[in-house]
Amino acid sequence: MDIRHNRPSPTKFWNWFNPVGRQTGGWAFILHRITALGLTFYLYLHLAVLGQLAKGPEGYDGFLALVRNPIAIAGELLVVAAGILHGLNGIRIILTTFGLSVTRQKQLFYVLMVIALVVILIFGSRMFTA
Amino acid sequence: MSEHWNILLKVSRQKQGETPRFDDFKIEVDPDEYVLDAVERVWAFMDRTVCFRHACHHSTCGACGMRVNDVEKLTCITYIRDVTHDGGTLKVEPLRNFPVVSDLVVDMGSLYNRLELVGARSVLPVPEAEIENPPATWPEEYGQYIRLADCIECGLCISACPSAATSSDYLGPAVLAGAQANGLKRNPELLDLVDSEDGVWRCHSAFECTSVCPSFVDPGRRIMDLRTQVVKRRFVNLFRKA
Repeated sequence: MDIRHNRPSPTKFWNWFNPVGRQTGGWAFILHRITALGLTFYLYLHLAVLGQLAKGPEGYDGFLALVRNPIAIAGELLVVAAGILHGLNGIRIILTTFGLSVTRQKQLFYVLMVIALVVILIFGSRMFTA
Repeated sequence: MSEHWNILLKVSRQKQGETPRFDDFKIEVDPDEYVLDAVERVWAFMDRTVCFRHACHHSTCGACGMRVNDVEKLTCITYIRDVTHDGGTLKVEPLRNFPVVSDLVVDMGSLYNRLELVGARSVLPVPEAEIENPPATWPEEYGQYIRLADCIECGLCISACPSAATSSDYLGPAVLAGAQANGLKRNPELLDLVDSEDGVWRCHSAFECTSVCPSFVDPGRRIMDLRTQVVKRRFVNLFRKA
């Protein structure tokens, strides 16, 4: 009898991101993973940007001038949004880990996401109008 | 007068190492029948080689768990009306994260072995059971009565859990819930088992287990309760060593 199929495997990590059939907690899980990966990617990008300092003031100023455009600002807003979403959802996970709001975790997620949306909009309006 | 719907039942088929495929069956159903009734009708009248598990037909045995339109369901209590519509599709697949034996039948051995490992009880004294609106004090004679545990060992929670998809060593929601229900105070040796990489810390709070549980076990809440107990023990031990 061959029962190879369907076993758990680390190679099935893509299942983490599959939204089909997921419910509120699952959506929060997916959001948390995606924002974590995005922020990790940004950390390396940030270090690479800071590396421009090694080229002297001219090199760094030249790079800053290059990224002062709407597309780069939108990218920065994505980073801010990822930080806010990951941070607020992280608070939900910490609370539930300590037995707080476990039976209200869905409602907690919705409330935190509304707060996140408002904060992201405020950041966005300021970043694009500055 | 009963209503009649025509639906397309797509049954996942997989025999002995074959790549999974779907076989389609056009059937007429009463929308107030259960999904298991539709699968049984296909087996009885259209294809006797379809393999699936079932027994009690009233959500006690936990045998008929399947993925119905991508969501884990106990098919004996899932109304067809709730998961599709007239002219719609009903897709049934085996549970995830368990090896497929044949078609819709999975090998649940790992779940049963682990439930035994944590001493999960299938019956428990009534005063220990979580009952809605329990009396402030239990009459003394209730102590001699026992009741069936809520967990029917259907495996839906393990199938829905994203963490269980990537780790075969993860104890899983049902097992951790069993450990919690068994009681860490009564079984302190369980603490080391659950306070481990493949215990409560493998859970990443997706709460899919609680969403799909057909029996009000609420594994997510129980895992969080175990975590709280584990953190308390670590905290106490920190000061004891100091």
